[in-house]
Amino acid sequence: MFANFDFDVIRRALPYLFLDGMTFTLTLTALSAVGGITLGTLIALMRLSGFRLLGRIAGLYVDFIRSLPLVLVIFWFYFLVPYIGQWLTGSPRPIKVGAFASSLITFIMFEAAYFSEIMRAGIQSISRGQPAAAQALGLTYSQTMRYVVLPQAFRNMLPVLLTQTIVLFQDTSLVYVVSIPDFLGAASIVGQRDGRLVEMYLFAALVYFVISCVASFGVRRLQTRIAIVR
Amino acid sequence: MNYHWNWHIFFEPNPTGAGTYLDMLLSGLWLTIATSLCAWIIALITGSMIGVMRTLPSKPANLIGFAYVEFFRNMPLLVQIFLWFFVLPELLPNAWGLWLKQLPHAPFYTAAIGIGLFMSARVAEQLRAGITSLPRGQKQAATALGLTTTQSYIYVLLPIAYRIILPPLTSEFLNTIKNTAVAITIGLLELTGQARSMQEFSFQVFEAFTAATVMYLAINIVVVVAMRLIERRVAIPGYISGK
Amino acid sequence: MKRFDILGLAVAAAFCVGAAHAEDLTGTLKSIKDSGSITLGYRESSIPFSYLDDNQKPVGFAMDLCYKIVDAVKKELKLDKLDVKLEPVTSSNRIPLLANGTVDLECGSTTNNAERQKQIAFTNTHFLTASRYVFKKASGIKSIADLKGKSVVSTAGTTNIKQLTEANAARGLGANIIPAKDHAEAFLMVETDRAVAFVMDDILLASLVAGSKDPSIYAISTDAFSTPEPYGIMLRKDDPAFKKVVDAATAAVYTSGEGQKLYDKWFMSKIPPKGLNLNTPISPELKAEFAKPSDSPDPASYKAM
Repeated sequence: MFANFDFDVIRRALPYLFLDGMTFTLTLTALSAVGGITLGTLIALMRLSGFRLLGRIAGLYVDFIRSLPLVLVIFWFYFLVPYIGQWLTGSPRPIKVGAFASSLITFIMFEAAYFSEIMRAGIQSISRGQPAAAQALGLTYSQTMRYVVLPQAFRNMLPVLLTQTIVLFQDTSLVYVVSIPDFLGAASIVGQRDGRLVEMYLFAALVYFVISCVASFGVRRLQTRIAIVR
Repeated sequence: MNYHWNWHIFFEPNPTGAGTYLDMLLSGLWLTIATSLCAWIIALITGSMIGVMRTLPSKPANLIGFAYVEFFRNMPLLVQIFLWFFVLPELLPNAWGLWLKQLPHAPFYTAAIGIGLFMSARVAEQLRAGITSLPRGQKQAATALGLTTTQSYIYVLLPIAYRIILPPLTSEFLNTIKNTAVAITIGLLELTGQARSMQEFSFQVFEAFTAATVMYLAINIVVVVAMRLIERRVAIPGYISGK
Repeated sequence: MKRFDILGLAVAAAFCVGAAHAEDLTGTLKSIKDSGSITLGYRESSIPFSYLDDNQKPVGFAMDLCYKIVDAVKKELKLDKLDVKLEPVTSSNRIPLLANGTVDLECGSTTNNAERQKQIAFTNTHFLTASRYVFKKASGIKSIADLKGKSVVSTAGTTNIKQLTEANAARGLGANIIPAKDHAEAFLMVETDRAVAFVMDDILLASLVAGSKDPSIYAISTDAFSTPEPYGIMLRKDDPAFKKVVDAATAAVYTSGEGQKLYDKWFMSKIPPKGLNLNTPISPELKAEFAKPSDSPDPASYKAM
């Protein structure tokens, strides 16, 4: 079945696939993970804060985003972000937002809802005595969070956060629906141009598989190491 | 905002000649529901088999289960759908491939099977976690009563394990529904697909996506409420979900 | 009387304000000047209008025209440097992305029709083409009626899929219409026998066939879903200052004979990436339009001289 396989197509496309496509995918993944975890932590803090209203708003946001398909959210944001920018800056016309910035905003907003649930569990896993002790020492709320609770919550949740980042890495392939050339988009452009979809999609699948496998193996190693330290 | 809102668009006739734009979205909604149900059945059946295999006292069964889960978990769903839709028919003998490609509802079958198998890996992991969370005494007691491995799974382990994992299964079912939107890439006109077509035909982008958003929220609420009722009915006193 | 005075005063005031600001830039021109950049939307596989070459750079007839427009804008705004940014668009998202400011000009193969003119504006027509379908000769299809009950693909968001959908309903064809993301993907569905026919503008079909592995196995229908319709480069609506610059730039290209040269470059000689020659001489209708550029959406207004 591999008789009329054209491996040369893959070899010739390698520079484009990795220098353009994979760079886009990895940059998007890394920046979205950092942004998503930051925003997610804020949302988790809002939900756990004493302010009822703030908590309700954060909760609604999380439930809302989590009930929508990512594909729909990508469409929404690609069309909506320039108008939001216009509204925020009060400019007379929609703000120009490029494909990368638009997808980055989409993924940060979307993944924040998932990261916030992880962080919430992490913060709740810290025994209540710790913030109480911190307060007794005279630390303010933000100091308690910054120096006592969040560092431990992050450490406890690190494997889960990283696993979610692997899911995020796989999810970035969905920017295909708005024709942004990420790794999969690049593979499909080459495949369609040369009529070699079979080779290109198999190769893309292999690359995603290897990266995800290695990454999740790393997370598992990390998990056992963290477990020993504790 | 220089965007022209027109909420009456839903009641204007769509170009397919079959009713209004709202009808178009509703047909997408039904297709989303049908696809997710089929995918979910596939996910439950294969996921259960793999999940059980991973807890069996047999090394090969374990290994197969492990390989299966890793295979389906470490590839983006979109790539898997493309493999089923574009790649598989080309690797089969010509006649079979042609038959597969000319099936009348190929995108629907591909989506149901592709999403079903993708989700089955996650169902398997949930079930494995459920079975391993059971006290070892359960399995031992079953063996002591003279039940075979098959019998102990059917009569003792699985009934409890399924009840324990009902909440995570609910969220996996919700994930299945959301994942059907990925099938837009192989031409399946489910809810997101119909919203996109409505946008293309009517140019009312935000109305179309708002309606789709509301419909997804509605499906979610219905599923969550229904599952909560079921959870309450089957809850076992003494377990977390039993309260 | 008094009321009229006030009204008159108000009108006069409005005119004064208008006159005072006439020198100020508005709309797209202002945002181009402020940002020092212009964004062109390009297509992945609208050969030879706008598509990716071997280095994944967008090239084509419409891209060349857009670069001419960019030059004119640069001159109009007296800028030394104007950054050209490129964003990929699909048939499905080109109109919303233009409306929301992501791209300033859409350089591709967009049919200019009255319905779309309610959303966006078009500059002077750069091509005329009819909606037909491509199929494999072996499938034995002879007319639109033979598509009955078959799987037919078209590109999502095009006028073609709309015409196909309407014909499907009006003629009771019962064809299963598959929307594809772009032309290359749609053509691939015919190539791999997933669909029996691909409904699209005939010039795009001809380019796809010419670029395929074995052009001899395909045929393009003689019966059409539409009369030849105009293609235009899209820009935002209600932006008269920008439209004036764009219209003037394209008109200058067409009337000066440069349009014909560009036409010959993309339709009469070898084009990247495979050195294909489409060998499609300019139609008398388009030649007439080049002599007298027009942005009319009405197909009937394009007549040979």
